[in-house]
Amino acid sequence: MMHILLSRWRQGHRTLPYPKEVPGLPERFRGLPRILADKCPEGCHVCAEVCPTEAIRIGSKGPQVDLGRCLFCPDCLEACPEGAIEYTQDHRLAACSREALTVTPGEDYRRAQAMGAELQRILGRSLKLRVVSAGGCNGCEVDVNVLGTLSWDLGRFGIQYVASPRHADGLLVTGPVTRNMELALRKTYDAVPHPKIVIAVGACAIQGGPFFRQEEQRGGAASVLPVDLYIPGCPPHPLTILDGLLRLIGRVTD
Amino acid sequence: MNNKSMRIIRNGESLPLAEVPELSLPAFQEAILEGARSGARLACLCADGDLRLFAVLAEDAEQRLRVARTRLDGSRYPSLTPYCPQAHLFEREIAEQYGIIPEGHPWFKPVRFHQPWSDQPSPWGRQVDSPPGVTNFFQVSGDEVHEVAVGPVHAGVIEPGHFRFQCHGETVFHLEVALGFQHRGLERALQGGPHALSLKQSETVSGDSSIAHAWAYCRLVESLAGVEVPTRTDRVRGVALELERAANHVGDLGALSGDAGFLPTASFCGRIRGDWLNLSAEVCGSRLGRDWLKPGGLRHDLDPAMAQRLLPRLDQAWADSRDAIDLLWGASSVMLRFEAAGHLAAAQVRELGMVGVPARACGVDLDVRKDHPYGPYRQQPVPSSLAESGNVQSRAWVRWLELAESQKHLSLALADLSRCEQDPPAGPLPPLATDSLCVSLTEGWRGEVLHLALTDGQGRFSRYKIVDPSFHNWFGLALALRGEQISDFPLCNKSFNLSYCGHDL
Repeated sequence: MMHILLSRWRQGHRTLPYPKEVPGLPERFRGLPRILADKCPEGCHVCAEVCPTEAIRIGSKGPQVDLGRCLFCPDCLEACPEGAIEYTQDHRLAACSREALTVTPGEDYRRAQAMGAELQRILGRSLKLRVVSAGGCNGCEVDVNVLGTLSWDLGRFGIQYVASPRHADGLLVTGPVTRNMELALRKTYDAVPHPKIVIAVGACAIQGGPFFRQEEQRGGAASVLPVDLYIPGCPPHPLTILDGLLRLIGRVTD
Repeated sequence: MNNKSMRIIRNGESLPLAEVPELSLPAFQEAILEGARSGARLACLCADGDLRLFAVLAEDAEQRLRVARTRLDGSRYPSLTPYCPQAHLFEREIAEQYGIIPEGHPWFKPVRFHQPWSDQPSPWGRQVDSPPGVTNFFQVSGDEVHEVAVGPVHAGVIEPGHFRFQCHGETVFHLEVALGFQHRGLERALQGGPHALSLKQSETVSGDSSIAHAWAYCRLVESLAGVEVPTRTDRVRGVALELERAANHVGDLGALSGDAGFLPTASFCGRIRGDWLNLSAEVCGSRLGRDWLKPGGLRHDLDPAMAQRLLPRLDQAWADSRDAIDLLWGASSVMLRFEAAGHLAAAQVRELGMVGVPARACGVDLDVRKDHPYGPYRQQPVPSSLAESGNVQSRAWVRWLELAESQKHLSLALADLSRCEQDPPAGPLPPLATDSLCVSLTEGWRGEVLHLALTDGQGRFSRYKIVDPSFHNWFGLALALRGEQISDFPLCNKSFNLSYCGHDL
C-alpha cells in the first residue's frame, strides 16, 4: 500500500485542465487545413489530383477540402508548387452535417453545434455511449478509448462508454461499416432506446477512409444510420474527439 | 524430395519469379512437411488467381527463408493440414479467396466470410447476402453442457469478433473464434499497386501497428525497386518501431492490470502509454506513426535537434513506466491470478506456428529482429525476451522485458541521431522489378509481420499477401482457454491482445 501511495505522489495529479486550458499539441500536428487560394496559379489542380481519397475539389473560390474524406496526410502539401495548402494546429474539426465538413477558402469552418434544447436537457449532463467498431483499423478505437484514461477523464463531463446498447443514449461508430458488420451495427442501433444519437469518428466512419473504393464496405456510418456528429481524422486526435463530444452537449462553444 | 528444393532468400530479398522453384504438388507439399519436421515455420502459404500456390518457410535459427511454388491442375488438392497444423488457417484462407478446396481439411470453415475473388463458387455455398459468422461451430453435447456466444459487438471499446464457448459450469471445454467482421478488402485493394493509397492502406492493416506494417511495405517496395535506404533512415525507422512497441506494451500491461482489478498500474499506464505515443507525434504529427515512413526514406525526419529534445522525454516516460509497472509485480493477488490463467505449452506454439509475445512467453525464441535482422537490428541486435510458463504472467513479463529493451534501443538510437547529420530527402523510386517475388518481415509489437508481393510484367502488384502475427496466434488463444474458467477469458484475451483487423484484412 505504501508503494502505491508513493507512486501516486511521484506521478502526481495528471488530469488535463481541458477545457479551461488547451493542452499543447506537437508542432507537426496536422489540424484544420488552411487554403491560401490567392496563391493558386490559374487552372492548377495538382492538389486535387494527388489527393488519394479525392478529398479536394476545385471550386469557384479555389481548392475545397472535404474533411470527411481527408486522411490529414501531407500529400497535397508536398505536391502544391506554391505552398497554398497548410495544416494549422487547430484541433476543432467536428461538424454536425456532412456538408459542413468542407473547408472553403475565405469561409469560416462550420463547427459542430449543441444538439437541440430538448435533447440537451435529456442527454446534456449524462451521455452514455455504446462504441461499435465497424471495420476500423483499431486506430480510432484506441484514441476513443484514451478519453477514458485519467489524463482526459471523460467521466467528469458526464460522458461514459457503456457495455450494452440498452444502457446507451447513442452509438459512437468507427470504421467504414464493412458488409460483415452492417447487420450487427443495425441491430445495436435498434437496441438503443429513444431518443438516441449517432457519432461517426474518423475518416472511415465518415466516408470509408483509405478503403473508400472497396466493395467490402459501405462507405461510413451514414450509409446505414442517421449521423448527428462527424469527427474527422485518421485517426482523430483524442482532443479532437473530446472537442466534438463537448460541442454536442453544449460544453464547448467557441 | 526435401525442403532443400526450395530456394533460400533473406528477409527483404526480391528475386525474379522464374527463380522461384516450381515443384510438383507432391514435391511442394513434401518440402513443406520436411521443413516443418526439421523445425522450420510455415510463415506464409498463399495462392494467386492463377491456381499457383506459394510457400514461405522460415528457418529462423539459420536466419533464412525458403520459397517455392506449385501449380494446381484443378480447384481441388489434398489438404496439408492433417500432417501440418500450421497450414490450417492458410488453407482455409486460400479456399475462401480462390475457391480452391483442400480435400480432407479437418476444420474446414470460412475465415473472413466473403465471396471468392475468382469465378469459383464459395466452397461452403455461401451467397453474397449470407450472414457473416454463421458456420457449423464445434459443439459439445451432454448433461449440463452449455454454450456461451459473445459478440461480434463486445462490451468494451474493442473490435468485433464472435466467440463461442462450450462450457461445463465455469469450465471451458472449447472456444471457437469466428472473425471476419473487420474484413474491408485490404489485400485486394493493394493489388495493381503501388498506388497513392498503398502506403496508407499498409498503415491501417492494424492501426496500432502502423509502423510495423508500413516498414514491411516500404522494405518490400524498396527491394523491388532496387533501392537501399541510408543507415540513418533505418535508425529513425527503428526509433519509430520501438516507440510503437513501448507504447503498446505499456498499454497492455495497464490493461492486464485493470482486468485483474488492480487499478493503480491500470490508471498510471493508461496515461503513460499516451506519453510514449506523444513522442511519435512529436516526430510525425501522428500518435500512431502515420505518415512517418515512406518507400525510399522518411516522410518526417528526426533531425539532431529533435533527437536531443526527445531524450529527456524518453527518460521521463521510462521512469514513469517503471514506477507504475513495478507496483504490478509487487501485488501478490495479481500475480496469483496471472499465474493461474491462460496456459499454453511450447509444443502447441511450435505446432501451430505461433509467433511474437505468446511464443516467447513459452520459451520459444522467435524474433524477426534477431532471426531475420533488418535495418538497425543488423548493427544493434535486440536480445530476445523470454519467459517459460506460457501463462498470462509470462506474457506480461515478456512485455515488460521487451519494454526495457526498447527503451535501451531508443536511448542509444536517439543519442546517435542527435550527433548524426541528416541525409538529403529521398527522391522518387525507380519502377519496380517485373515478374518478381519479394518477402519482407518485420517484428511488430505483437510479433512477426510478413508482406509478400508478386509483380506482373509492368512491375505492378499482381498479388499482395499480408500475414499479421494475429493470424498465426488466434488459435493459440482458443487452446489457452481449454480447461480454464470462462471468467478468466477477458484476462487471457488481453494477455494475447491480438488484432481483429490485422487478421480480417
